[in-house]
Amino acid sequence: MRTLRRNRVAMAALLVLLAVVALCLLAPVYEHQVAHTDAFASNVSGTTVVDGKPSPILAPTTDGLGLGVVPIGPTWDLSHFLFGADGQGRDVAARLLYGGRNSLLIGFSAALLCCLLAAVFGVSAGYFGGIVDGVLSRVLDVIWAFPVYLLAICLSVVLLTGGLHVGPITIESGSLLLPVVILGLVYVPYVARPLRGQVLALREKEFISAAVGSGASDLRVMRREVLPNVLPTLIVFLPLMTSICMLTESALSFLSIGVQPPDASWGTIINDGLGLLYTRPAVALVPGVAIALSAVALNLLGDGVRDALDPKARLRGGDA
Amino acid sequence: MLRFALRRTASLVFVLFSISLLVFLIFFATPGSDPSARIAGRNASQATLTQVRSSFGFDRSLPVQYGLMMQHLFIDRDLTSYVNRGAKVLPQVSAAVPVTFSLVLGAAVIWVVVAIAGSLAAARWRGTWVDPVIMVIGVVGVSLPVYWVGEVVNLLTQSRFHDSLFRWVPPLGYAPLSAGVGTWALHLLFPWLTLAVLYAGVYARVLRGELVTALNEDYVRTARAKGVPERRVLVRHALRCSLIAVVSLFGLDFGALVGGYALLTEVVFGLQGIGKLTYDSLRNYDLPVIMATVIYAAFFVVVANALVDLLYARLDPRVRHV
Repeated sequence: MRTLRRNRVAMAALLVLLAVVALCLLAPVYEHQVAHTDAFASNVSGTTVVDGKPSPILAPTTDGLGLGVVPIGPTWDLSHFLFGADGQGRDVAARLLYGGRNSLLIGFSAALLCCLLAAVFGVSAGYFGGIVDGVLSRVLDVIWAFPVYLLAICLSVVLLTGGLHVGPITIESGSLLLPVVILGLVYVPYVARPLRGQVLALREKEFISAAVGSGASDLRVMRREVLPNVLPTLIVFLPLMTSICMLTESALSFLSIGVQPPDASWGTIINDGLGLLYTRPAVALVPGVAIALSAVALNLLGDGVRDALDPKARLRGGDA
Repeated sequence: MLRFALRRTASLVFVLFSISLLVFLIFFATPGSDPSARIAGRNASQATLTQVRSSFGFDRSLPVQYGLMMQHLFIDRDLTSYVNRGAKVLPQVSAAVPVTFSLVLGAAVIWVVVAIAGSLAAARWRGTWVDPVIMVIGVVGVSLPVYWVGEVVNLLTQSRFHDSLFRWVPPLGYAPLSAGVGTWALHLLFPWLTLAVLYAGVYARVLRGELVTALNEDYVRTARAKGVPERRVLVRHALRCSLIAVVSLFGLDFGALVGGYALLTEVVFGLQGIGKLTYDSLRNYDLPVIMATVIYAAFFVVVANALVDLLYARLDPRVRHV
């Protein structure tokens, strides 16, 4: 912990991350108290006041056939349309904060689910060996070989049409749980494979034989002896996987198979801004900056955690 | 080597079979909604649904259904898009392949060349400003959403500076090789750079680590003792060994690229490749097309990875006995 606290880069990253999370949590406050807007209702005929003059939120286009509309651009004024409006006249700044909630929540929950599943898979494969290991490893190999985005696209497109109903579990098709489950599943091998290798090595250690010899059940040995020893690896993976899951979520949302409208995520806002790129670039650019900022912070934090928990990795990283 | 090749091929066949089975289960056996309604698309007529049901054998057992799916995909190659009024799917896929190939190969060449140059510079001037710059580019590269970088590039080259600095940039879209190598490359230049930016930093960082390790090895000391010039030591002795480590990484990332980043890049730059085809089909729920692109792209990636493994084993005999 002390090593991590001395790491200035990692601490700065953590601060940035906490600031982003805090801002996103304040989304409703910003929406109602500061911007006085509704982030989820389209506002096609509304007007707002810029420089003392009333101006329409969606103005008719002057060039071309004059059939389209141009949303209001960034006012750089916190109280209304800080980053302008999107194609439906919604406040981009307010949607950005709500989108951040979803992107970060999905990224973190998916990473958590992924690490949890990977712990179950990796520890039981490494601990039991034999047939259990054989079957689990083959399953992991297949998921590993399947390109992540393609697998996620298949799962998303099918589950979005009808939701998921397996026995007692029912996830509706618009639910945020859907991307969490999909992302958590597709990234399992990335964590489970290194974990399994570690458990295989641990299995040969004396303290495991001692625990087994003293009559502890398999479950108890795995929980009390093996798991605490691989926990640092899981902790190192968590921020890195959060960053990866968040990036993948926004990509899926950009492809319109992630978070479903009217809900927002940083990816869906970028997708909304695609058609406005040349006239109102802020709509697409701002969420991208938010994604990049959070992902860089998560990656730097992850590197810091790794250096703190495993000093040898730092040496191997080639800082010689 | 032969035993390794046989074992690797066996595992390749197993993985290909499992992936096709997985795709089959996802599309046809996921509980939730009627699979024929999925294949037929939104608001399909009753006649189309009946046609889909008999074509894919949804009234028969699962193994028969799997067989029929594979037959449509690989043997008869007559998979049909119902959303797109009976258009055959596979000709669309094969028309899109050269575009995706051009995109991925060009980007890979650029990022590997840039990474090698960067890592050599970093290893040569170790401990100077080159190191942190490469590290920062690496971290930022993996953190950027590729489609967003593409949009920024478009904004600059197609709109904001199109009348001054980037007058020479052609409009978005793909130009086939038959239109001339220059035209082809010019159309793909910015998509290539967009993809390469994301990877070059990471590769330079990995390669630099390998180079630094290699420079501490005995054979490098021997070479230096013999009076081999430093530049030659770096390129001919250290780099050759370090590149081996990058080959396996490249195999993995190449797969991720074909089945992910290239898809997003094509969408942003309007290149009619596999990715754009998938994207358009996602927009109108044209599942047969998605099924075909996913299976063909996944198969391609898996086969390419197996080839990389074989190449790796050929370069480094130690791997064969793992």
